[in-house]
Formats: sequence, structure tokens, C-alpha cells
Amino acid sequence: MKILVPVKRVVDYNVKVRVKPDQSGVDLANVKMSMNPFCEIAVEEAIRLKEAGKADEIVVVSIGPQQAQETIRTALAMGADRGILVTAEGRVEPLAVAKILAKIVEEESPDLVVLGKQAIDDDANQTGQMLGALLDWPQGTFASKVELDGGNVTVTREIDGGLQTIKLDGPAIVTTDLRLNEPRYASLPNIMKAKRKPIDTKTPEDYGVDISPRLEVVKVTEPPKREAGIKVESVAQLVDKLKNEAGVL
Amino acid sequence: MTVLVIAEHDNKSLNDATRAAVTAASKIGGDIHVLVAGKGASGVAEAAGKLDGVAKVLHADADHLEHPMAESLAALVLSLADGYDAILSPATTTGKNFMPRVAAKLDVMQISDITAVESADTFVRPIYAGNAMMTVKSTDAKKVITVRGTTFEKAGDGGSASVESVDAPAGPFKSAFVSEELAKSDRPELTAAKIVISGGRGMASGDNFHLLDKIADKLNAAVGASRAAVDAGFVPNDYQVGQTGKVVAPELYIAVGISGAIQHLAGMKDSKVIVAINKDEEAPIFSVADYGLVADLFKALPELDEELAKAGY
Repeated sequence: MKILVPVKRVVDYNVKVRVKPDQSGVDLANVKMSMNPFCEIAVEEAIRLKEAGKADEIVVVSIGPQQAQETIRTALAMGADRGILVTAEGRVEPLAVAKILAKIVEEESPDLVVLGKQAIDDDANQTGQMLGALLDWPQGTFASKVELDGGNVTVTREIDGGLQTIKLDGPAIVTTDLRLNEPRYASLPNIMKAKRKPIDTKTPEDYGVDISPRLEVVKVTEPPKREAGIKVESVAQLVDKLKNEAGVL
Repeated sequence: MTVLVIAEHDNKSLNDATRAAVTAASKIGGDIHVLVAGKGASGVAEAAGKLDGVAKVLHADADHLEHPMAESLAALVLSLADGYDAILSPATTTGKNFMPRVAAKLDVMQISDITAVESADTFVRPIYAGNAMMTVKSTDAKKVITVRGTTFEKAGDGGSASVESVDAPAGPFKSAFVSEELAKSDRPELTAAKIVISGGRGMASGDNFHLLDKIADKLNAAVGASRAAVDAGFVPNDYQVGQTGKVVAPELYIAVGISGAIQHLAGMKDSKVIVAINKDEEAPIFSVADYGLVADLFKALPELDEELAKAGY
């Protein structure tokens, strides 16, 4: 069984992003970039399935600038087998990403595609579902548990208010939520080994996909600022303020 | 211009997120139709007809619609899509699950989690967990949109729209519902609660979270946690409020022993009133708190419990 894991290079989750003064976007110059946390969980899940003898090969794909190769290397160091980098500059929307991934799925014929439920930069939460639709594959989104049983995939999903378990006839799409696993750190020997693992470089044109954005960015602004309030002296004063001033109790 | 809103419900009652989506639809303009897909949900369809501004309710009733599944819901919405200029759904785990399938099949780029409608084609949505707001103009002929429930008013009950039955495509589908395990807690769900009380690393252990539970029970609040508390193993991941956890915007958010890392602030700073209890007066959480109390939480929490009891809770 082959697993395809798409990963995205994003601003590290610990970085406080700054909006550019001209409102054209977020300043990405000299900002630490990392693999999207949900993608790390996807890579980890694929590796665990391989370690459990349920998968033989893990192919990692990233669509983005040349530097997204580093993100692929991180996944290879964690334990994936080979990579595909589709180079594309600028904003590539989930619809275009899903179209490229659909073409890669046609070429690679994986049995399972595992990807993060959303990227922490655009917060769109669309790519996996869109890929599912384009391929006419079933999907188990926001997974907190994945079980493979022959061609079937049983996915426990985090839904508002609890958990839902569904059964998919593979091949299928799984998108990862936080509780699925805790991603490993790559060991130094594995980082060295990953340097020798193959990465193919492609372009969206190779797949015949037009990546022009459908959404035009009018502006990007700071959210309304929150002012610091007051310090209260005691718990009694706090309860009084919440009751009589804020009116929330 | 006609807008379709996909209602969310449990076959018994319509949820508030649907009411917010109807309000967002009214800001786009044109006739609003609401689709109620379910099993034995005619009461929900009637309730949808009473929503302010709704012109028509489409009601699809089928066994396979008992639980909202991405494939079958997307197929149903696609079968109706021709008649609409915009399709909206609440940005809940249900809406997020099926709507991108609708968008991809229509070859449309979905606009996720909108917080404001600027015009019929221009919308505001948070990116970077709300640390920046992006205004986007859609160039697609049809708009596919999910709506953040906490930022739109809930539509009232002043309408009287008729209910029309529609057929739902019967499949076959490649996914099947197996089971559901909804939180048995009497407490509200984290993202829907009016009051949230969260603990951070300052709680020192998972056992100490019972101090928060006690207060949460009094206030009918949900209990959350910072990533630091989750990483330390105090509580499970589903407690996590923050950029990579849940984004909440309750009426009252009480942060206890939470320093206020960027990652956490991103998940709660849209709360109406924020209270911070922390013994470190330099903690960044105080810069966003409406009411800050510099105190040892192990003294402050029992006191808070007592004061609430005195106040009639």
C-alpha cells in the first residue's frame, strides 16, 4: 500500500505575524518557516502505518517555492521515502493545490492520501475535501484515529460536541486533527539519510493546472486591537466588576 | 440573486450557527432559501421557514441524511446548485466537511469562515488564526462560502416561508456512518459556550483542573487549556484553545495560570470580556485582559468559587 502525504511550508506557529504597512499581505521576510503542524501529524501517521506493516511506501508532495524542498526533507528525515516538489511562487489557492494533487494521485495511484486538516497561514480547511471531490473519493476529515482493514479505512473524526466514526471504501482521503498523534523529531542519522532520498521537481504546467488565484486580495489588515483593561485587587472585586460593570455574570 | 443557506441541525432543532449564516446571506442580498437535509426533520424545516428574511425552505428527507456526511450532502447541494448565485453554510465541523466538495465540483474557490460581508462578491475572513484579516473579492460566478457563527447576529423568528420537498441523490456513496459519541458532559461545548474557563501551565497538574471544573459547573462554562497545559499532559488535546486548537469567542473568557503565548491569544482574543488570573504581573495575558488579577491561582480559585456562591451561583 502506498500513502501520499501533501505537506505545506508555512510561517512557524510561534511567530507573531505582522501585516505589511501597504496592506498587501503579511510580512514573510526573515520569518522562521516550518512544516504546517497538521501536516507533521499527517507525515507521522503515514510513518506509523508503515511501521505497523500496513503501508510500504510514503510519498511526500509539496507545492510552493523552491524552499518547500526543506519541508519535504523534514518529512523524509521523519521517515517518508521520496518527495515531489511542485514549484510555484506566490499564493496558490486550495482549489489549484487540489487539482495538482489529483493529477499526482492519477500518476502515483496511492491507496490513501493523508493530509493536514488546514494550514495555519490561510486557515482555509479545504484542500483534502476538494481533492476528495475531484477524485470522487470518500473522505474522513479531522481524524483523531485511523484504522486500516484491507481496503477499508475506519476514521474517528473530531466533530463539534464529540466524536464521529465513519467507514470509507478505499482509496480514501484522511485529514488530520491534533489528537491523532504526536509527531516525532527526526534523529540526526535520519536527517543525514534523508539528504540522499530522491525528490522530483515539477511545475504546475507539467500537470496542466492553471494556478491563477480566483480570489483577489483586496487588503490585509490588522485585527482590531485589544486594549489592556484594569487590574483588580481581589476576587471579590473581580466578581463585582463582572456582574455590575461587564454584565457577563 | 438567490442565496442558498444549508441549515445545520440534529433533526430536532436548528442551531444558532444557521441563524448567523442566514444573517450573512441577508447581507449579500437577494432571496434566501434554506436547505434542511435530514431524517424526520420536518420540525426543523418549519423552524427554518420562520427565520427572518427566508423566502423558501427546501426540505430533503432520506434515511441516509440522518447523519450529515460529506459525500451525500455535497451531492444534494450540487443537485440544487444551478438555481443559486451563492451557497452558504455555517463554518462548523459539518460545513467545513462538505462545502469544499461542493466548491471543487463547481470549480469555485471557496471563501472560508467569513466574518463580514463587504458586498455580494467581497468578504472579510481571518487568516493566521485571526492575527490578520484578509478582504477578498471572488472572481468566480458562483460563491461558495462558510460563515463564522460568532461574528454575525442570529436571525430572529419573524418569517413565514413555505416548505417545499426536494429529492436527495441516493448514491451509492463510499462512506458510511458507523457511530457517534457526543460528549456526555452537562457542560456546553468549548466553541459554543458563553463562558470559558481555561487553565495553563500554572495549574501545575491535571488533578488541579478540578478547581476549574468546580467553577465551570457553577457558571455553566466550558473548560479549556493552553497548549502548554496540553503538552505537559495535564489535559487531552481537545481542551486546547489556540491557533492549532480551538478558536473561541465567548462572552466571558477566564484565563487561569496562562502566560498568554501568541499561539493561545490567537484562539481567544475575540472573546467579549477577558479575565486573567496569574501570579506573574508581567505575563503578556494581562495586555489583552479586561480584568487582571495578580494572584496565586491556588488561593484565587477557591475564593472565586466562594464569591460566586455568595453571588447566587
